[in-house]
Amino acid sequence: MDETRAGACAQVPASGLAEAVGRSVAAGGRYAMLVGLDERSLGGAGLGLEAVLVGPGGDLERIRAAVPLDATGYPSITPLVPAAHWDEREARDLLGTVPVGHPDPRRLVLHERWPRGYHPLRKDVPVGARPPLADRRFAPFEVHGEGTYALPVGPIHAGIIEPGHFRFSAIGERVLHLDPRLFFAHRGLEKLAEGRPLAGATPLIERACGVCGVAHGVAWASAVEALTGTRAPARAAWARVLLAELERLYNHVGDLGSICAGIGFGSGAARLGLLRERLVRANDALVGHRYLAGIVVPGGLGRPLDAAALAALPGLVADIEAQVAAAVRSIVRSDGVMARLRTTGAVPAETAAALGATGVAARASGIDADLRRDRPYAAYAELDVSVATAASGDVAARFHVRAQEAAASARLVVEAARRLPVGEDRVPLGEARAGEVAIAGVEGPRGASWLWLRAGDAGTVDRVRLRSASFANWPLVAAAMPGNVVPDFPLINKSFELCYACTDR
Amino acid sequence: MPFDVLDRYLRPLRHGRATSRYPAEAPDLSPASRGLPALDAAACDRSGSCAAVCPTGAIKLESDGWRLDAGSCLLCDACVAACPTGALGHTGEIELATRRRSDLVVLGEPPWAVEGGAAGKALAEARALADANALATAIDRRLGRSLHVRHLDAGSCNGCDWEMSALLNPYHDVTRFGVDFVASPRHADVLLVTGTMTRNLEEAAVRTYEAMPEPRLVVAVGACAIGGGVFAGSYAGRDGIGEVLPADVLIPGCPPRPEALIQGLLLLADRWVPRG
Repeated sequence: MDETRAGACAQVPASGLAEAVGRSVAAGGRYAMLVGLDERSLGGAGLGLEAVLVGPGGDLERIRAAVPLDATGYPSITPLVPAAHWDEREARDLLGTVPVGHPDPRRLVLHERWPRGYHPLRKDVPVGARPPLADRRFAPFEVHGEGTYALPVGPIHAGIIEPGHFRFSAIGERVLHLDPRLFFAHRGLEKLAEGRPLAGATPLIERACGVCGVAHGVAWASAVEALTGTRAPARAAWARVLLAELERLYNHVGDLGSICAGIGFGSGAARLGLLRERLVRANDALVGHRYLAGIVVPGGLGRPLDAAALAALPGLVADIEAQVAAAVRSIVRSDGVMARLRTTGAVPAETAAALGATGVAARASGIDADLRRDRPYAAYAELDVSVATAASGDVAARFHVRAQEAAASARLVVEAARRLPVGEDRVPLGEARAGEVAIAGVEGPRGASWLWLRAGDAGTVDRVRLRSASFANWPLVAAAMPGNVVPDFPLINKSFELCYACTDR
Repeated sequence: MPFDVLDRYLRPLRHGRATSRYPAEAPDLSPASRGLPALDAAACDRSGSCAAVCPTGAIKLESDGWRLDAGSCLLCDACVAACPTGALGHTGEIELATRRRSDLVVLGEPPWAVEGGAAGKALAEARALADANALATAIDRRLGRSLHVRHLDAGSCNGCDWEMSALLNPYHDVTRFGVDFVASPRHADVLLVTGTMTRNLEEAAVRTYEAMPEPRLVVAVGACAIGGGVFAGSYAGRDGIGEVLPADVLIPGCPPRPEALIQGLLLLADRWVPRG
């Protein structure tokens, strides 16, 4: 997978990083991620930042700058490229790179209980070190003025939902501003991976998220294979397509049901919830895990696919596709349901593009992008991936795009199962050279997830960063809220269906 | 459309029962479904291959024998694949909930029966009595027919939480036992806690527990809540909820399947009756 091995990296001074990234975006590049680095592990003097962009032709562009260890900082990228805003805040918390002129310099990942000056991803901080508790005040962003009030929600929510704090500023029920605060589930995954053998960190990486494990697993496996000069067997490449589409399918079917649940439409939620359960049970029969963990590994597949389950899969998936289609038809015909979905939580295309939206959220706002087609990996180059889009950017658009993608995924599962070549599941890994970088982008159920990996000594991880699709899309949820009423938040949130775990790591 | 509305009501009649018969019947697993591995001690060559590949260090070879900590085990079968002699076998054993952390340490030689709960193969041998309504009966006796559960994510990967959501789908439908998820800790008898207990969440987690009325129960759900799972040793939090919240029942797995969650709730209500 040579396309994953990162190509040349342009070096710019810290003072010129923002301009260079801005020029690339102005020339049609799509911002993918920013990676904070401590270069001292590989003989460097201080910190570094690397911006990764996808050029208009689909090639990766890398722009790197050295950033001093002290708090001098560098001119912030965000005023020119808003999609970088959370990346820059994260890098400042975890490494201490200070973006001068960032419009929202609050902490992001490390909340009030973390002491000042503590940057866990620096190489001189030991892996397991737990610093003393700090006690500072959280400064939420609120709108003040006559008739306005602030409504705090979370981090513990009323349903079976992950933790996040949402600060609504509203007049009456009408939302003026939403300040989302995440990273409650920050588990320090990237630091834990450092120093581990490339072959052995897979169970950790795929647990960035319980329901995007295949997406992260494929990105990880592709990156490790690129660093070690390993070519996964053809059977593994096709199986990865099969597994990735199964993951998209159960997620999308579940999400369609969640949108129904979000407006109290119980029969739709129950019907789609039952179909999702059948899908995760099919996953279990195929690989022994309901959420497909432990199957995608560097070098190929971690275990053989169950032959009987594989034989039964096309019939089962085709049946579920038909039932999902029937459920969707029934929902779309219900005026009461559709009236709630239309015009709710609309994100204009310009906003989606500026914030770097991806996946269903981007495509529902008219952005025609899908890494399976634009930068094919695994066996996607040999498949016709139809990309569904919609223009209105509201909950209804996200519902329709998701429903079309679910149907397309079901067909891809059937095709991948039919074309799955016979052969070996796994090949041994080659050697990785310290300091080499691989970058992998995978279109998961929630959009493009990027993984940046640099090898350390003796085949270990020096630095890995996961920038999930949810990380990219969370600011969109905030952008979708103003003008809507507070009680529509669960519905709008469900229509994006983002993971907190993927974002927080 | 009138037909769609009618269809919504008639659909269940046409499609029949969607709900599983667990726990009266064994969980409907596939041959591939991964459970706690089983050791045939006679075939073990003590090579340590299993311990070397275990992603969480759950397996230890000590002078007095082979030990597996089911609380840290991801049920990933990596050890089974690595075993050079075939001494470690794949099982579909997933009903692993116990009351005490120490009960989760499984010794190599069956039976693995442990006080206050059951783990591993011993369960199959101990299955003496079938009681389809065990959980319903227990809840009826102990908690006046209903068990109100509050979910608390203390920093998980979301896997355990999705399995908890699956309890509410028509297949697992945990409401048939009188169990329901409630919106506020003030309405809850039980806190089902997932995740490692991250620093960013600790204060909110403790305050959630403190908001519950007495008597209150806590269940540690999944490897992370029991001992940190794959995230053990991180700067970002604790190795499990135990340092902060008192767990009454621990449910191993990564994530525990919905049937395992039901078994844990049954054990919590003091009426887990192994099947015959």
